[in-house]
Amino acid sequence: MTDFIRSLGRRFLNSIQRLGRGNLFLMQILRGLPSMVLRPRLVVQQIYAVGVMSLTIIIVSAAFTGMVLGLQLFNTLQGFGAEQSIGSVTALTLVRELGPVLTAIFFAGLAGTSLTAEIGLMKATEQLSGMEMMAVDPVHRVVAPRFAAAWVSVPLLALIFSAVAILGGYFVSVGLLGLDTSVYWGQMQAYVDWGDDVVNGIIKSIVFGFVCAWIAVYEGFDATPTSEGVSRATIRTVVHSSLSVLALDFIMTSLMFGD
Amino acid sequence: MDNKDDILVKIRGMSFGYAGRQIFDNVDLDIRRGQITAIMGPSGTGKTTLLRLIGGQLKPTAGTIEVDGLNVPTLSHRELYKLRKRMGMLFQSGALLSDLNVYENVAFPLREHTDLPEPMLRDLVLMKLNAVGLRGARGLMPSELSGGMARRVALARAIALDPTMIMYDEPFTGQDPISMGVLVKLIDDLNKALGISSIIVSHDVAETASIADYVYLVSGGKVVEHGTPDTLGHSGSEWTRQFLDGLPDGPVPFHYPASDYREDLLSGGES
Ligand SMILES: Nc1ncnc2c1ncn2[C@@H]1O[C@H](COP(=O)(O)OP(=O)(O)O)[C@@H](O)[C@H]1O
Ligand SMILES: [Mg+2]
Repeated sequence: MTDFIRSLGRRFLNSIQRLGRGNLFLMQILRGLPSMVLRPRLVVQQIYAVGVMSLTIIIVSAAFTGMVLGLQLFNTLQGFGAEQSIGSVTALTLVRELGPVLTAIFFAGLAGTSLTAEIGLMKATEQLSGMEMMAVDPVHRVVAPRFAAAWVSVPLLALIFSAVAILGGYFVSVGLLGLDTSVYWGQMQAYVDWGDDVVNGIIKSIVFGFVCAWIAVYEGFDATPTSEGVSRATIRTVVHSSLSVLALDFIMTSLMFGD
Repeated sequence: MDNKDDILVKIRGMSFGYAGRQIFDNVDLDIRRGQITAIMGPSGTGKTTLLRLIGGQLKPTAGTIEVDGLNVPTLSHRELYKLRKRMGMLFQSGALLSDLNVYENVAFPLREHTDLPEPMLRDLVLMKLNAVGLRGARGLMPSELSGGMARRVALARAIALDPTMIMYDEPFTGQDPISMGVLVKLIDDLNKALGISSIIVSHDVAETASIADYVYLVSGGKVVEHGTPDTLGHSGSEWTRQFLDGLPDGPVPFHYPASDYREDLLSGGES
């Protein structure tokens, strides 16, 4: 029994310690960000590597998400004779929730894990130590550009996700199920508010991008430098990112749309 | 002989441990300018750890580590990075950046620390690569190099910023006789031609002793003996003899501590 409590206590202390290290690490990264302005090429390269890699998957999954939404909403709304409002409901769901949340979760699984693995393997093969001994700070040279690229990519991808999914919904409800084109877009224009809906959605995905980027680079940098350690770190990236995104989404939704 | 300015690295009363496990206990050690100093000892005695302590990647729990008059553990981040530009380190694995080719790997420290125009940078990189005999391999990726070649590229990279000192971590381990010979010659040449002070950490006794000016034998967290290769070769200490001659049995026993062999066999599996 005391063993159990002791191990519980140890785990608790360990997590607090990790959280502390994570925050210190974040401070180091943030100090490295201003110098990125002088070397934008480093960040652009990473945006290309991180963002473009996820683009195809984001577009394909957005198209299907939009089409499924179109189908489900059409059937449900038709029951109330409200299929007219499908355009606005689809857009609101996507812009406020599904766009930011699904993009962040996809991003964590695709780009986040690859960032973790890349940084973890660089650590395991002494590339980071080697840089330190060449008087190059790996947090500034390796971590900060990747963090910045991931942070920027998530909101951009979320916008692309929402746009493509809205087109997917259009394809199903107008193309397949025969809703009037002008009704789909007209409803959307009438009921989706720029400030309340679109901007709030963008704020969400900026927050998600920050958290996913932070978790991914931290797990890589903090990984035990063995192949097993790196593999466990990538798993932690997916789990922690997804859970953080969902929890933060609930908090932000209640703050933004709670009235 | 004991001119103070002669000493580049001066370690006094240094202790260090990982998570409670003592690795060094009150170690004193001097590295002289312009010389090749070898630090030898069995695997796991903390030779790599010692290099990391000198490079400021680890902090000792006690004592001082002075490099060129600066006490490394107390330096600020900025001062430490400034000092490191004057130290090269050759990691056991080479530690080349795996996403850059040979040319870019050698160019990396120059690009990070200087604003040289591209043609001049190119000349410098090719000179460094030529010095290690790999000018022709500039387009290869690290994954396409043999272990010996990777170490030579890492060496070219380590001398890119013209350091005053280079630390070699097990440069000869796992090399075939030819690349071993090449590396021995390279380290010796760099030391003699460029006057670079060198620290070689190794357990390859013959190769290391052949080029070292001074040798420290380290074991069990202490400096066991030190002197020129010649004096150590005639050392009276049994441990030194066993280590240098590679004898299987001696003060370091062949057997892990065990109960009596005969009794063990006759006990019929009771334990
Ligand atoms: N990061 C670390 N954490 C804990 N123990 C370590 C770490 N690095 C090395 N050690 C231990 O310290 C001892 C010395 O390691 P090292 O300096 O690599 O030895 P050597 O290079 O002489 O073979 C070894 O027993 C090793 O297991
Ligand atoms: Mg070692």
